[in-house]
Amino acid sequence: MDTDDDFMSNVSSEDDMLPDDSDNDISGDDDFGFDDEPDAYIDSQKEIGNKRKTAYDISFKVYQPADVQKQQDDFIDEVNMILDISKEEAAILLRYFRWNKERLIEDYMDRPSQVLEAAGLAQTSAALPKMQVIPGFVCDICCEDEPGLQSFALKCNHRYCVDCYRHYLSQKIRGEGEAARIQCPSEGCNLIIDARSLDLLVTPELTERYHELLHRTYVEDKETLKWCPAPDCQNAIECGVKKKDLDKVVPTVSCLCGHRFCFGCIVNDHQPAPCEQVKRWLKKCADDSETANWISANTKECPKCNSTIEKNGGCNHMTCRKCKHEFCWMCMGLWSEHGTSWYNCNRFEEKSGTDARDAQAKSRVSLERYLHYYNRYANHEQSARLDKDIYHKTEKKMVQLQKESGMSWIEVQYLNSASQALQTCRQTLMWTYAFAFYLARNNLTEIFEDNQKDLEMAVEALSEMFERPITELAEPKLKVEIMDKTSYCNKRRVILLEDTAQNLADGRWTFNSELIGSGANGSSSTRR
Amino acid sequence: MASQNKRIAKELGEVTTSPPAGITVTLPNDSDLHKWHVVLEGPENTVYAGAKFGLIVSLPVEYPFKAPTVTFATRIYHPNVTNDSIGSICLGPLKAENWKPSTKLAGVLEAVRALLAEPMPDDPLEARIADEYRSDRKEFDKNARVYVQRYAKGAVKFDALAAAAEADAKKGAGAGAGSGSSAGGGAP
Ligand SMILES: [Zn+2]
Ligand SMILES: [Zn+2]
Ligand SMILES: [Zn+2]
Ligand SMILES: [Zn+2]
Ligand SMILES: [Zn+2]
Ligand SMILES: [Zn+2]
Repeated sequence: MDTDDDFMSNVSSEDDMLPDDSDNDISGDDDFGFDDEPDAYIDSQKEIGNKRKTAYDISFKVYQPADVQKQQDDFIDEVNMILDISKEEAAILLRYFRWNKERLIEDYMDRPSQVLEAAGLAQTSAALPKMQVIPGFVCDICCEDEPGLQSFALKCNHRYCVDCYRHYLSQKIRGEGEAARIQCPSEGCNLIIDARSLDLLVTPELTERYHELLHRTYVEDKETLKWCPAPDCQNAIECGVKKKDLDKVVPTVSCLCGHRFCFGCIVNDHQPAPCEQVKRWLKKCADDSETANWISANTKECPKCNSTIEKNGGCNHMTCRKCKHEFCWMCMGLWSEHGTSWYNCNRFEEKSGTDARDAQAKSRVSLERYLHYYNRYANHEQSARLDKDIYHKTEKKMVQLQKESGMSWIEVQYLNSASQALQTCRQTLMWTYAFAFYLARNNLTEIFEDNQKDLEMAVEALSEMFERPITELAEPKLKVEIMDKTSYCNKRRVILLEDTAQNLADGRWTFNSELIGSGANGSSSTRR
Repeated sequence: MASQNKRIAKELGEVTTSPPAGITVTLPNDSDLHKWHVVLEGPENTVYAGAKFGLIVSLPVEYPFKAPTVTFATRIYHPNVTNDSIGSICLGPLKAENWKPSTKLAGVLEAVRALLAEPMPDDPLEARIADEYRSDRKEFDKNARVYVQRYAKGAVKFDALAAAAEADAKKGAGAGAGSGSSAGGGAP
């Protein structure tokens, strides 16, 4: 290893033989590292925060498995041509350099033999790998010595029987999910098993898994690429938003499979709340789940006659079956007041400091405050689920309706659009409450709360229409109303997200320092 | 798995005919090659000198393609061994990503003994003991010796439970610094 030290200190700041693991070293690459890749994200990087029309809508690209393969092949071809080495070697070097082509080429030009050595490709002139029978050979792993035993060795000449090699590879590939950086089985030997040798040794049962793992390293090694987390989805998303940008932007991306998620933390779409808040919020909710459990219960009592009321749709406008009292499921207040200008179901009335002088009162207020926001957060989550249930029921009825009324499939799609809008808007509303929980009052919070209220009212109105009997749903008048309300909901959502994202990018929000945790930094978003 | 037994038998043969310094290996059950009992003598000129530690080596069925597990059956005060009745060790070559099928157990056991002579406080399992080792070596040495006197003198016991029970009996009134019992619950 002594001879490598000098070389390694140039390739990497780490001593684990893998370049580019550390941020401090690679972050300087942002300016030049990716200049000739397919790079829509470069533009998005520049656009964030200034000239772009929508601050909440970041640019990204979806790649299907064939695209991902093609990109890798292009990289390999290019390195193969520039460095005049075989494609197998180019692939190994690229994987070793975590697909940082520029660094590979630069380092290889400087000191080819050391790069090859470090990547496990020493002595490239050697013949193709082959299995051999060597007289008098004893395998040091299984201690077998029978004549005619097939054996294999890499260029380091650490020879083992083929059976042992295969056991070893199977353990690495299937057991540990390792593929691109499997070393020679010999203790202390860092030589990486090259792709040609693996192709020779890997048994058919393992090939698929092996190639899948190799394929995955391409996406996993690149900061600008992430796999879509939806089960069974094989697509990858490319987005230029970096880890360090995550207090300025919430990078929601949406896959071709329909799954919408945050590129920063892989959690389902959580706009407008930034990733760090989401993490905190989810942890808080998990920690306080017992306190808050009663809230997400499906039944409550009518505030007027106390009879039990079950919620089975997404709409929060409740009407008691018994006394016909109309109230809001979230705040239990009169529904009639919710349409008026002084509706403030979404806003938590901060009590003045004098009300809460002792610690106990303070902690009660802080619990009340949390429950206020958690209540609404959990409610929209639950409502989104219930809206979906209703839609599935409606969907069945729509098929029936299609037959009876002669409406075409296309003509009933407005219900699909309405359902989609309800899902997306409730998802956004849900996270506005987590966002609001951490938000400290300033001159911008009122606009935010107004936007939140407008979206919420629009969503509740649409949700209510959505629960009407199937016969009414088919009426042209209601159909038009639903379509209008759907587009109004989507519009209100965009307005809210645009406002929150722009202020986040500009660092104009202030967050409650005691809730964010780090006492020193009250307004984390004003840092530059 | 006959051929894997061949490997284990060979290693066992070598380690019993020419044992590494301070290491004695026995099989608690002659028909089971996958469980070894090891007596490890504390290295000279260390706080562990004169002590005898019991180690239990378990070889997985996939051995040597999967790493063995090595645990201390005798309590020891050391930054890289858990200070409990399990006695887990943090040792580089035994980690899945470092393990090589050509690694021999004799070498692993020697590495464990070397760890007693040269603890690695930067990669600790017991952060508090590691801190003490770095910042108050005198106190560390004293505590390590107390543990040796209390647990690692006399016949080596491999049954962790029996050893723990005996230790508890011995502990009596004096030892208030027992670890392991975290104040669970979480009620405010
Ligand atoms: Zn073998
Ligand atoms: Zn080797
Ligand atoms: Zn997808
Ligand atoms: Zn996120
Ligand atoms: Zn009622
Ligand atoms: Zn309300």
